Amino acid sequence: MKLEELRQIRERAAKELSLRKGDARVKVVVGMGTSGIAAGARDVMAAFLDEISVRNLSDVVVTQTGERGLASSEPMVEVHIEGEQTVTYGQMTAERARRVVVEHLVNGNAVSEFAIEVRG
Amino acid sequence: MHCRLDVLVCSGAACVSSHSADVRLALAREIEAHGLSDEIRLVETGCMGPCELGPVLLVYPDGAFYIQVKPEDAVEIVEEHFLKGRPVQRLLWETPDARKITEQKKLVPFFEKQHKIVLSNCGQIDPENIDEYIATGGYEALGLALTEKSPQELIETMVSSGLRGRGGAGFPTGLKWRFVAQESGPTKVVVCNADEGDPGAFMDRSLLEGDPHSVIEGMEIASYAVGATRGYVYVRAEYPLAIRRLNHAIDQARAHGLLGSDILETGFSFDIEVRIGAGAFVCGEETALIASIEGERGVPRTRPPYPSTSGVFGHPTLINNAETWGNIRHIVLKGADWFSSIGTPDSPGTKVFALSGKVVNTGLVEVPMGTTLRELIYDIGGGIPGGKAFKAVQTGGPSGGCIPAQHLDTPIDYESLKRLGAIMGSGGVIVMDEDNCMVNIAKYFLEFTCDESCGKCVPCRAGTRQMLDILVRITEGEGRPEDIDRLRSLGQTIVETSLCGLGQSAPNPVLSTLEHFGDEYQAHIDAGKCEAKVCTALIRFVIDDEVCKACDKCRTVCPVSAISGKPGTPPYRLDSEVCVRCGRCVEACPFGAIRVESGSAN
Repeated sequence: MKLEELRQIRERAAKELSLRKGDARVKVVVGMGTSGIAAGARDVMAAFLDEISVRNLSDVVVTQTGERGLASSEPMVEVHIEGEQTVTYGQMTAERARRVVVEHLVNGNAVSEFAIEVRG
Repeated sequence: MHCRLDVLVCSGAACVSSHSADVRLALAREIEAHGLSDEIRLVETGCMGPCELGPVLLVYPDGAFYIQVKPEDAVEIVEEHFLKGRPVQRLLWETPDARKITEQKKLVPFFEKQHKIVLSNCGQIDPENIDEYIATGGYEALGLALTEKSPQELIETMVSSGLRGRGGAGFPTGLKWRFVAQESGPTKVVVCNADEGDPGAFMDRSLLEGDPHSVIEGMEIASYAVGATRGYVYVRAEYPLAIRRLNHAIDQARAHGLLGSDILETGFSFDIEVRIGAGAFVCGEETALIASIEGERGVPRTRPPYPSTSGVFGHPTLINNAETWGNIRHIVLKGADWFSSIGTPDSPGTKVFALSGKVVNTGLVEVPMGTTLRELIYDIGGGIPGGKAFKAVQTGGPSGGCIPAQHLDTPIDYESLKRLGAIMGSGGVIVMDEDNCMVNIAKYFLEFTCDESCGKCVPCRAGTRQMLDILVRITEGEGRPEDIDRLRSLGQTIVETSLCGLGQSAPNPVLSTLEHFGDEYQAHIDAGKCEAKVCTALIRFVIDDEVCKACDKCRTVCPVSAISGKPGTPPYRLDSEVCVRCGRCVEACPFGAIRVESGSAN
């Protein structure tokens, strides 16, 4: 192995460790309270994780939060991007999750169609 | 699938002993049962530090730090935290102001005051996965050294960094490298001393268990700098987990072309062999260690010649302690100026300590040199448990000395500790409170060194035995007025005339306690009084008739039937002639009616 190959391993392996660094650019927070889960939040989260992996995004963390109180809009998802406004999406589905990854996380355009709150 | 949670399970020896493997298996089972295996990664790491609170877990990205986790907690952790995102409050480490810690483990004072260089990967990466080490910049320093630096440059970097040996004596590392580099000869050897023998010390073990590659990389860089081709890690058989992880790391490094022949395809070759010691304290002394590597009996020899001239099998040999090796790659990557900006001018960098004894947070910590003993014991260690008063702190293990309360604000560096009659040593820190008898403590350490003396030189072999006999006599109430002077002069002679470091430092615990706690010795000898009520020959148990309710509990627990009386009808009597001072009656009495007395005054 040459030094360049070592550096390639590092680049690849560093992605695996990004969770422990706490310096992710994007944070996706999925509401996983009882009503969120009942409304299908698990599928939404799985879709996020899968799409992020397919697109090889290394600076994104996906995490969960509890009940927000707006049960009718569950499953809800918040997207925090460094230096940008925080967007909350409502009535999410697996399909909508994939669209948020492509349009918002990759291309930087919030999906206004199912955004229910923008703040910050 | 994109992994969303990293669950780090501490698998250092302390957590393994408190069954962290069962916790990990239970978590794995629950994660599987909830169909979360693809999105949650369970990682076994080295020691995270707070050994007292094990098994411990650290969950990223939230940074939640769980303590004293049991296998049966796995269901709740997985369902509540991993699935629903609600960290299990009752298992989180509580800060002193009772604010539960969910956001970041770094908010806990235990972690907040630390500065981790050597331990930066311990508890953060999987020590059995070389990719995780590489991800943190591992082997980059080796690559830089081999491709861009000359051996001379590396030695100069070490010299100007000011790094000093972390094994105890504090000899400048760069100078050692220079001495070996200046030697000629076709074969030179590099050795890692991981024969950590001090009772209560576990710095080297934790480093080898938690980040073995950092030690390997440090040795490789040095081998290139001094022109060595062979390396040995000398580690004791009592550290099976460290040995296993080290061997595993060596195999992985070889398979990656990072160790062995033609390292990183630069033409440079160096290989490492692990030598397992039988656990003799004297083998931490470099010449005894070399003899042991050669297959000889582990006894020291006179120096010169120093190992840098004639070491393993007569070859010029560079020996550094495991923690010293752990510093090397960081200095190569970040530079000598960066390193010397940490700590104090004479003692740059950080030091790893194993905190034990009468302190709330026992465990493994790394602090900048110059941190005071008070910060170490009270801020990081959390103070003395049970509201007891601090009495002394022993640094440097059985070769070290006891430092009393009035010196708590002493900064930790090689010279300051030496001035107080203690030493830095390898980093063992044992805290003592009011319940410790200093004469008894000195006796305990001397018993250890007396037992571990290899017997080669008279002062150590016979002298420590003489001192021990006197200490035993004092603790048994048969001390003589001349004993204190006798101990002093014997101690001085042993320090001055012993062959190796073991004998030269063995009297330290006695000499330092004589210096700082001389009145305790005096009370034992003159008044037969042990203030801490530890020395069994000098204490007696007395039943206070005014408090005793004749409940009979003491009589039933006494193993030698020293207590007599009838339930419900006081008085109860305790026969001091029969009593073996086991203390069970004191623990059993619900009314505190049994007093412990010492000294002729009572």
